[in-house]
Amino acid sequence: MNKPHTTITESTLMPNATGDTPMSSAHFATPQERSIKKPLLKVNGLVKHFGGLCVTDQVDLTIFKGDIHAVIGPNGAGKTTLINQIVGEIKPDTGHIYLGNEDVSHWSVARRARAGIGRSYQINSLIPHFTVLENVLLAAQAAAGHNFYFFKPATSVTHLVEQAQACLESVNLIAEQDRVAGALSYGQQRLIEIAMTLATRPTLLLLDEPTAGLGPTETERMVELLLRLQNQYATLLVEHDMGAVFALATQVSVLVYGKILMCDTPDAVRNSDVVREAYLGDEEFDA
Amino acid sequence: MTFNLVLAQTLNGFQFGILLFLMAAGLTLVFGIMGFVNLAHGSLYMLGAYFAAVIADHSGSFVLAIGVATVGMFILGLLLDAGGLAILHKRGHLDQVLATFGLVLFFNELVRVIWGNAPLYMDAPETLAGSFTFLDFNYPAYRLVIIAAGLLVALGLYLLIERTRIGMLIRAGASNRGMVGALGVNISWLNRFIFALGAALAGLAGALVGPILSIQSGMGEPILILTLVVIVIGGIGSIRGAFYGALVVGIVDTLGRVLLPVWLGQTFSPSLASAVGPALASMLVYLLMAVILAIKPDGLFPVKARGS
Amino acid sequence: MARHESTHTTTMLEATHVASDEARMNQQQSLLAATPKPLNATRALLRRIIITIVLAVLFLMPLYAWLADDIFMLTLFGRILVFALAALGLNIALGFGGMVSLGHALYIGLGAYSVGILSTLGMTDGWLHLFTAVAITSVVAIPIGWVALRTQGIAFIMITLAFAQLFYYVFVSLRQFGGDDGISLTNLSSFGVLTGDKYAIYISLSLVLAFVLWLVNRIVHARFGLVLRATCVNERRVNALGTRSMPYRLMAYMLSAQICALAGFFLANLTGFVSPAMMSWVVSGELIVMVLLGGLGTVFGPIIGAVAFLMLEEGLKMMTDHWPLIMGPFIVLVVVFLKNGLWGLLQDRKESPQGDGGNIK
Repeated sequence: MNKPHTTITESTLMPNATGDTPMSSAHFATPQERSIKKPLLKVNGLVKHFGGLCVTDQVDLTIFKGDIHAVIGPNGAGKTTLINQIVGEIKPDTGHIYLGNEDVSHWSVARRARAGIGRSYQINSLIPHFTVLENVLLAAQAAAGHNFYFFKPATSVTHLVEQAQACLESVNLIAEQDRVAGALSYGQQRLIEIAMTLATRPTLLLLDEPTAGLGPTETERMVELLLRLQNQYATLLVEHDMGAVFALATQVSVLVYGKILMCDTPDAVRNSDVVREAYLGDEEFDA
Repeated sequence: MTFNLVLAQTLNGFQFGILLFLMAAGLTLVFGIMGFVNLAHGSLYMLGAYFAAVIADHSGSFVLAIGVATVGMFILGLLLDAGGLAILHKRGHLDQVLATFGLVLFFNELVRVIWGNAPLYMDAPETLAGSFTFLDFNYPAYRLVIIAAGLLVALGLYLLIERTRIGMLIRAGASNRGMVGALGVNISWLNRFIFALGAALAGLAGALVGPILSIQSGMGEPILILTLVVIVIGGIGSIRGAFYGALVVGIVDTLGRVLLPVWLGQTFSPSLASAVGPALASMLVYLLMAVILAIKPDGLFPVKARGS
Repeated sequence: MARHESTHTTTMLEATHVASDEARMNQQQSLLAATPKPLNATRALLRRIIITIVLAVLFLMPLYAWLADDIFMLTLFGRILVFALAALGLNIALGFGGMVSLGHALYIGLGAYSVGILSTLGMTDGWLHLFTAVAITSVVAIPIGWVALRTQGIAFIMITLAFAQLFYYVFVSLRQFGGDDGISLTNLSSFGVLTGDKYAIYISLSLVLAFVLWLVNRIVHARFGLVLRATCVNERRVNALGTRSMPYRLMAYMLSAQICALAGFFLANLTGFVSPAMMSWVVSGELIVMVLLGGLGTVFGPIIGAVAFLMLEEGLKMMTDHWPLIMGPFIVLVVVFLKNGLWGLLQDRKESPQGDGGNIK
């Protein structure tokens, strides 16, 4: 698969048809049915300051099942901080986060995870000395209620093991299930990352740079995987790899200095002057 | 319960707090900057006391004794760090705890071998051996001197930390250790200096306390544990926290031991007071710590930002 | 290996209590790359042999003592068993849970004082003693654990130490129960005709030890154990997966305290003596040394550690009164050079970071 060449042309397209900041609504390019469906994730007016620095500036997002919503932006734009707020590791100053029907803004990280948020990390966050299966099993059992079971070995709990193995199969790692996770290659560990996220049976996937550190073939495989999974989840994807973004995304939000500069279809973003200016000099965008 | 008695005990608490501050300042810096848990801090205090007692005995000069003890501990701190403790900087807390625990066992036995099992005693200098009198209130002059000395040291530390370049590095290191190294500062020399400074402060505390306590093997550990309580309450890495925490602990502990049995005796009965009074009084400081931690887990003046 | 370094970095930022685990794992890795797998078979065999020998010696000691009429050895090995049991308990919190508690001797002391105080008050029923030991310990361990677990890193260590000292001073000031000097027990835990019989005490202690060993092995591999061991390394991820880590750590802390209480119960009966020194921080420190010496996070390691440490201590005591002069530096050397413990030397070299606690055999 060739990465599409994404130069910014001298287009005079306005970033947004209404001309003003695209904050008020962010539903795009969808079949009519979607306006009836409830969004899986709705973020309203999220604001966060660290001391004097505003890292999240009135961010709104709406994501439906089947969407792959990419958030792109230059380094330091606040993308990971945004994910951390949605996940619950950071408390925003103001704003609300809705998961389906629930306002989860004050829920703990674990509670949000059980409610359906599955998050993967920019840097692998596995248990290196567990086997591949044990890592994914940890995730599967997390979704299965409490784990105060002391006698039966975890690897004998058939229904959980089967779930874990199913996740491993979907990322094509089932053959490595008994190897120690820390011994696998970085690319394989990245896939374990995803498998763990899937094993918690989420409805919303928050993927923080899933292709980070991967070579071209591995990136291709990751993109294929995410495309296969697309319709089962709502996906929020933070990415630097523009090739992956334009291959995957159904919508793209551009985050610069904590503010969403535009939120539109991938093509509109690709051709946008405003966005090009924001990225001026950033070689990643020209990739 | 006379006013004079309460005042005297409050001053005692204040003085105890100052001593705890001398210990806590060093320990909180070592932990805050270097991330190094040093259980042998109490041993440095003990060795300071022994050195001072021996020098005072041989030379007759109190000032010399204090000076030698302080400088001696500074040097010992340099040697310990250079001699091997530096290896432990990269290790985790568990390893540091155990290794310094081994040192404590070693030093406690060493002083027994050199100076015997019997406690040593040190006399306060004659000029200070008397009482200070104000109106009809008497208070040992020496203890006032300890308070004064401690406050001077606190002032000196404040100036060092807030007004000098080394102090700036220390403050930077307390909130972001890795960054200071990345900026090209010779972090191992900074660490060594801080460790030695902490040792010197502990030695000074031990030397000052010589005339009021008996000097013996194992005297460091009770103080060490209270010092740990102080820095946990005050916030690890914070000198200001060490100062306020030390004063609070010193006063609560001293006044508590005096007032609680009295209150128990008056409210319930004297026999109850003598049965559980001392036990409850010992618990006060730890209960205080538990309450403070339940509300503010990082201490009163936390230095490191939590979470993000 | 840059990629492992990045995992290392993340988990370093996230690990709360056992940063040394990561350092250890990383170092193991470089060792492991070169070690051929056939050696694992030898190691497994050696492990099996050593476990058999150690358990045989420990369990057959009463027979030897009876034949040779050597109560001294029985008592000595009884003490070893007591601390082996306590070390097994501590390992749940320390080795598998990553909680560095410098105050676990407190629970040994509480177990012992349950026997001591109840006896002195005239209540000698053995089952009552046992029940009280475990119950009191649970009641004490939960608030201490809860407060301590609210903190991170070094604060946790200091708080466990501080609370243990608190109780130490409390018991010292309880003059009616011996205070600083402790109590010599005239009545031990009453179990009918077996009361005070050293052989009965020893044998029941060994049975309890065997049971706890089995129990720890089950727990470590069960779902609870998976959560606990994962939390030790990457608490942030465990929470992000949907499992609240705090209740599991607290449970592990409480379990380890209860096992130490059992050890204390036996200690009081074995020696007929109870004193605050049993809960001194020196004992807590030595307990950690035993666990480390044996091998953190292995199931059988603590027993090896306790045996090795106490036998060394006995040997040194026989040689000189000033044995801490040797023991102190010995501990420093163990920490610097033998981070994985004696038992850790015999663990399987898997192809990556050290195998987890599964290797009892």
